[in-house]
Amino acid sequence: MPKLTIDGQEIEVEAGITVLQACERAGVEIPRFCYHERLSIAGNCRMCLVEQEKAPKPIASCAMPVMEGMVIKTDTPLVKKARRGVMEFLLVNHPLDCPICDQGGECDLQDQAMAYGMDHGRYHENKRAVRDKYMGPLVKTIMTRCIHCTRCVRFATEVAGVEELGALGRGEHMEITTYLEKALASEVSANVIDLCPVGALTSRPYAFNARPWELRKTESVDVMDAVGAAIRVDTRGREVMRVLPRLNEDVNEEWISDKSRYACDGLKRQRLDRPYIRKDGKLVPASWGEALGAVAAKLKGTAPAKIAARVGDLADAESIFALKGLMASLGATNLECRQDGAHLPSASRGDYLFNTTIAGIEKADLCLIVGANPRWEAALVNTRLRKRYMMGGFKVAAIGPKLDLTYPVEMLGDGPSTLAAIADGSHPFAEKLKSAKVPMLILGMGALSRPDGAAVYALARKLGDACARDGWNGFNVLHTAASRVAALDLGFVPATQNPEAPEVVYLLGADELDLAKFGKAFVIYQGHHGDRGAHRADVILPGAAYTEKNGIYVNLEGRVQLGRLASTPPGEAREDWKIVRALSDALGKPLPFNTLEALRQKLVQAHPVFAPIGQVTPVASMPWSGSASAPSGGAFAYPIQNFYMTDPISRASATMAECTEAFVTGTAPMDANRGTGTHG
Amino acid sequence: MALQDKDRIFTNLYGFQDFRLAGARKRGDWDNTKAILDLGRDAIIQQMKDSGLRGRGGAGFSAGLKWSFMPKKSDGRPHYLVVNADEGEPGTCKDRDIMRHDPHKLVEGCLIASFAIGANACYIYIRGEFAREAENLQTAIDEAYAAGLIGKNACGSGWDFDLYLHRGAGAYICGEETALIESLEGKKGQPRLKPPFPAGAGLYGCPTTVNNVETIAVAPTILRRGPAWFAGIGRQNNTGTKVFCISGHVNKPCNVEEEMGIPLKEIIERHAGGVRGGWDNLLAIIPGGSSVPVLPKAICDTVLMDFDSLRAQRSGLGTAAVIVMDKSTDIVKAIARLSKFYMHESCGQCTPCREGTGWMWRVMERMVRGDADIAEIDMLQEVTTQIDGHTICALGDAAAWPIQGLIRHFRPEMERRIAERRGLKQAAE
Amino acid sequence: MSAPRKTFAFTPENLAEAKKIIAKYPAGRQASAVMPLLAIAQKQNDNLLTQAELEYVADMLGMAPIRVHEVASFYTMYNLKPAGKVQVQVCTTTPCWLRGSDQVVEACEKALGIHCGEVTADGKIGLIEVECLGACVNAPMLQIGDDYYEDLDAESARKLMEALKAGGVLKPGPQNGRKTSEPLGGATTLTSFPAEKA
Repeated sequence: MPKLTIDGQEIEVEAGITVLQACERAGVEIPRFCYHERLSIAGNCRMCLVEQEKAPKPIASCAMPVMEGMVIKTDTPLVKKARRGVMEFLLVNHPLDCPICDQGGECDLQDQAMAYGMDHGRYHENKRAVRDKYMGPLVKTIMTRCIHCTRCVRFATEVAGVEELGALGRGEHMEITTYLEKALASEVSANVIDLCPVGALTSRPYAFNARPWELRKTESVDVMDAVGAAIRVDTRGREVMRVLPRLNEDVNEEWISDKSRYACDGLKRQRLDRPYIRKDGKLVPASWGEALGAVAAKLKGTAPAKIAARVGDLADAESIFALKGLMASLGATNLECRQDGAHLPSASRGDYLFNTTIAGIEKADLCLIVGANPRWEAALVNTRLRKRYMMGGFKVAAIGPKLDLTYPVEMLGDGPSTLAAIADGSHPFAEKLKSAKVPMLILGMGALSRPDGAAVYALARKLGDACARDGWNGFNVLHTAASRVAALDLGFVPATQNPEAPEVVYLLGADELDLAKFGKAFVIYQGHHGDRGAHRADVILPGAAYTEKNGIYVNLEGRVQLGRLASTPPGEAREDWKIVRALSDALGKPLPFNTLEALRQKLVQAHPVFAPIGQVTPVASMPWSGSASAPSGGAFAYPIQNFYMTDPISRASATMAECTEAFVTGTAPMDANRGTGTHG
Repeated sequence: MALQDKDRIFTNLYGFQDFRLAGARKRGDWDNTKAILDLGRDAIIQQMKDSGLRGRGGAGFSAGLKWSFMPKKSDGRPHYLVVNADEGEPGTCKDRDIMRHDPHKLVEGCLIASFAIGANACYIYIRGEFAREAENLQTAIDEAYAAGLIGKNACGSGWDFDLYLHRGAGAYICGEETALIESLEGKKGQPRLKPPFPAGAGLYGCPTTVNNVETIAVAPTILRRGPAWFAGIGRQNNTGTKVFCISGHVNKPCNVEEEMGIPLKEIIERHAGGVRGGWDNLLAIIPGGSSVPVLPKAICDTVLMDFDSLRAQRSGLGTAAVIVMDKSTDIVKAIARLSKFYMHESCGQCTPCREGTGWMWRVMERMVRGDADIAEIDMLQEVTTQIDGHTICALGDAAAWPIQGLIRHFRPEMERRIAERRGLKQAAE
Repeated sequence: MSAPRKTFAFTPENLAEAKKIIAKYPAGRQASAVMPLLAIAQKQNDNLLTQAELEYVADMLGMAPIRVHEVASFYTMYNLKPAGKVQVQVCTTTPCWLRGSDQVVEACEKALGIHCGEVTADGKIGLIEVECLGACVNAPMLQIGDDYYEDLDAESARKLMEALKAGGVLKPGPQNGRKTSEPLGGATTLTSFPAEKA
C-alpha cells in the first residue's frame, strides 16, 4: 500500500492505481477528457497534468502509476498553466457553436472551459473544418467538434468488440471515422454518444429535441430484455424524450443497449388509450365500465377450467401478482408466463436464474453457451462476457448455430447431440469442463423453447451442476423477457399437466405467443400497444408502459428492481395492477389491496424473495433430480431473429425500424450514401 | 588537434571502397568478434560505460547505462534490440552513409549489442525512403548470415542471433523510440506513454532496447580498440568521435567524422570549405538538427560541438547536424519552414502538439510577413511553452525549441518586420 | 479511397515475398508485416492503394480493415489517391530550402507542366513537395521511385524532368560531379585510405 502526498495531504492507496485515481480518493478533482475508467488509458488529452515533486515536467496523472513517497501537487501555478494551455489548444479548432449544439448543458468541454479556461481567445487563425461522417441511424456526427480523445474508438474496439472505428490521418488532420463510413454495427453502439465529451457524437433520433435543463429525470430500470439495466428516463411533459444509462456496477456498469436507449419513441405510437370491445367483428371504443363489465360477465359465465391467463414479457410483478390472485379467486389454474413455450422448471429459484450473476462472469475461466445468442438476447451480458475475455484466461465454447459474439467462440456443435456427448463424457470438452477452475454454463431459450426442451434442460442442467465449485453455482439460464423471473417466482405456471383448451384467455401484455392455438376463445387483452394481442382481442383493457408506472421487475439474476413512473399513461389507460383490481370488483371478488403499497406488502408476505431491493440472494448449487428422456430434435434455433424488434414497444419504434433496415434486413444502405435530414 | 584517419571509425563513410563483407573485413570489421562476445555481457556493458559513449540519436544518453537497464535474466519473454534507422531529423544524413557504405559495422554492432542485452533477435527500422540504403544493408545482412557471422551460433560464440530489416513508410515521428515500436508492431506511429519504458515492456510487450544506428555501429570498434581509446578522444563526458552533417550555406556541404568537442567554426572551415562568403557572412547556425535552438554568429564563433558545450548555450548537439545560414537568409522563414515540418509530422495523438504545431506555424507565417502585433511575439513564446514539456513525446519540445531560439536571438528582426509592415500600411492609408 | 470495388491479389512473386516478410515476425505478430505488405501492394497496383488492396492485406494478416486503413493514412509513402505511376518528390525542408529547393520545385513544375500535388494528364508522373528525405548535405534533392537525385539546381532539375518525361535513363546520386557526401572537390578526411573499386 504505497503512501503518497497529494496537495499536502498524506494518503495510503492500493498499489497499481494511477495518480489520478489516488487524487480522486483524496477528494481532489482532476479534469480529464480522454481518461475513462472503463477504457484503456490513452493519455492524449493532457488535461490531467499534475506536478510531481522532482519530476522535470508535469505528468499525466491518468497514466502514471502511484509510487511510494510520491509528492503530487495539483494546485500550483504550473498545473494551472498546463490546464489553461490544454484548454486553449482544445478550443482553437473547436467551433463556437454551443448555442446550436445538442451537447450544450452537458458538455465536458463547456464545463471545463468554464472551470479551467481563459476568459478570452488568442487564436486568430482560421479554424479547422472536418467533414461529418456517417455512423449509422443512431449516432449523429459533427466532426468539427471532435477533440480526438479517442474514447469512441477505444469503446468500439475494447467494449463493443467491433473494430470498425478508427482515427485516420495524422496531426491536425486526424479524423475519427468508421471504416468506409459504414454504420457502426453493434448492439451497444450508442454508448459512444455518452462517452463523447463534446458534441461530436450526439444522438441522431434526439437531435434538436430538447435541452437537458428542460427535462425531468426519473431513475428506472429497462425492460427491453431480462438484464434489467439501470436507466434514466428523461421526460418533458408527458413525453419520454430520451433514455440514458445509469450506473449499476452489478448489472450494466454504465452501458445500455441501443434498443434500451432508442425503442422509447415506440411509446408514442400505436398506443391503446381507451378500452375497446369487439362488436360484429370490429373493435369499438367503450367505457371502462362497459369493458370491465363485459370481461366480468364472460369470466363468470365460464367454467374455471376453461379460463386461461398468459403473462407477457414486459409485465410488472405487481400486475402479475394481482392477476394470479384474481385467477385464484375464480378457481382458474391454467396460468402461463412462458410465452415462448420454454420448458423451464419453476420449482426452485436456482433452476431458472442466472446464478453466477452478471458481475460474477468476471470470475469465470470457462463458459459453455447452449442455445443462446447473448449478443442479441442480452447484449449487456455479452459485453460482460467480452470484458471477461479481454481480461485474459477465458475460453468460450457454444452449442448452436454459428455465432459472432465479438470474442472468439469455439463452436462445439449445433444441437442436443453435442450436449449429450459432453454429458456422457465422450466429447473432449467434458474434460475441459471438469478441469476448469471456475466454469459457467449459459442455457438459452433457443435450447428450451422446443418440443424436447425438457430433455435438453435435463442434459444441460447436468452439465450446469458439474460447473459447481466451492461457493460457486455455475449454472445460468439466459432469459429474454423482463417479466419472466418475477412471474416464475410468483408461480405463474399451470397447476396441472394438461389443461383443457380454454374458452376465455386473459392476456396480460402477451404478444409473443401463438394466438392461433386459442381457436375461437374469447380473448381479453390488457396492455399498452395495439400489437398482436390487441388485434386478436375481444376486449381491450388499456394499460401502462414501463415508463408510466411504478413497478417491480426481477432481472435474470433474480435481482428485484424498481421501475418508476416517469410520465402518465395516455388517455384513459391505467396502471396495470389497478385494472386487475378494478376487474376484481366487477367480478364481486375484490382483491385485498387498494394501494400499491398494500399490494406490495401482500406480495412480499407471500413471496419473501421480493423483499431485498437491488440485491441478489445467491442460490447454492443443488443437483438436479428431475429426469427426462433423451432429446429428439435437431439443431437449436436462437429465439431472436431481429434484435431491434422484440416486443410491442420496439416494434412500434421508428428508430428501431431504421436499425432493422440498416443492420438486419440490409434494406437500407450501410454507408454514407444514405441521405437523411441531418446528414451532410 | 584534429582527429587522425587512424582514429576514424567509419573508414568507408563516403563509399569509396567496397561496402560488402570482403571490403568490410579489410577495414577490420568482423575481426574475431567471438573474442568480444567471450568477454561476457557484463564486461561488454561495463566497457561501453567506460568508453563514455552517449547515444548518437539526439538525446545523448549513456549507451552502456541504457543496455544495463535490460533485465539480467529473461522472465520467459524474449529480449529485443531495435535499431533506430528512421533518420529524418532535418539536417541529418549520417546514418544513411553508415548503412549504404559501412553496413557491416552496423550488422556486427547489432550482434554485439543484442548479445549484451540478452536479445536473440534484432530489428533494424529503416525509413522507407531509404530504398537503396536498405538494399545495401540487406546485402550485408545476407552476407553475414551466409558467413555464419549471425544466425545460429553467431561467429561460433554459441549465441543464436537473428537480424531483420524492417522498412518504414514515411513518418518522422517513428524516430521516437516508442512510436517506432508501435510502427514495428504494425500500427500508426504514435508514441506510447512512459512508464512503462521499453526496457520493461517494449516491442511486443517484451524488454527492448532502442538505439540509433551510429551508436550501435561504433560499438564493435570501441570494444576492439578498448574503451580507453574512445574515452581519450574528445572531452570529458563528451567522448569519442562523431559523424557530423554540415549543410546549408557552406561552400562544400559534407558528412565528416570528427572528434567530439571540435569547435564549430573549425569543423566548418576545415571540412565544409567555410561559410559561403566567409565566416563574417555568417548569420546563424542550427548546430544539432532542426529540433535544437538556433545560435547567432557570436556564439558560433567559439562554441564547441558537444553535448555539454551546446547545452550551456541553451541549444544542443542533437544529431550533430549543422545547418548553416549566411546573412542572405530569411531567418524567420527558415524557422517557419521548420514549424511547417513539425506540423506535418505531428502524429495527432496529444492535444498540445496536434493543435499547437499548426497554430505556431500559422503565426510564424504571419511573422515572416510581419503581419502581426508586437505582442504576438510574446504570445507565440507563451504558446511554445504550453507545448514544451506538456506532450507525450519530445516532438512537441522539438517543435517549440526552434521558435524559442528564434525569439531569443532574433526578436529584433521579428519586431523590425512588424514595424516595417505597419509603416507600409500607414503610408498607404 | 473511394475507388469502385475490385478485387486484388498478390502476384505469385509478391505473394512469396509477402510470406517471407511475415516470417520475420514472431507467431501471432503478423500485423508487424502490414507496412511492407502495403508497400508491395501499392507497387503492384501502380503506386496506389484502394479499398481492395487494404482489405486484401487486412485479410492476409488477420487485421480489421479500419486498422489497416489507419496505417495507410498515417504514413506519407502510401497513396490513397492517385499520385502518378512515377512520383517526383522534391524535398523543401529548411536544409534543402536554404540551398534553392524553391528553384528546383519551380523547374520541375515548369518542365512537367503541373503544380506540386498534381499528376500529369496521362497519369504517369506525379509531383509533390515532401519533408526532409535525409540527404541534407546533398541538398537540394528529390526522389524518383527508389532513387535520390542530389546536389541539384534549376538546370539539373529541368534536365532530369525532361529525361523522365522522355523515358530516358536517369543517373541517380549527386548531379554536380561529386561521388557521395564528401566535400565537393575532394575529401578532407580518409585520405589515407585509397579509394578502390566499390
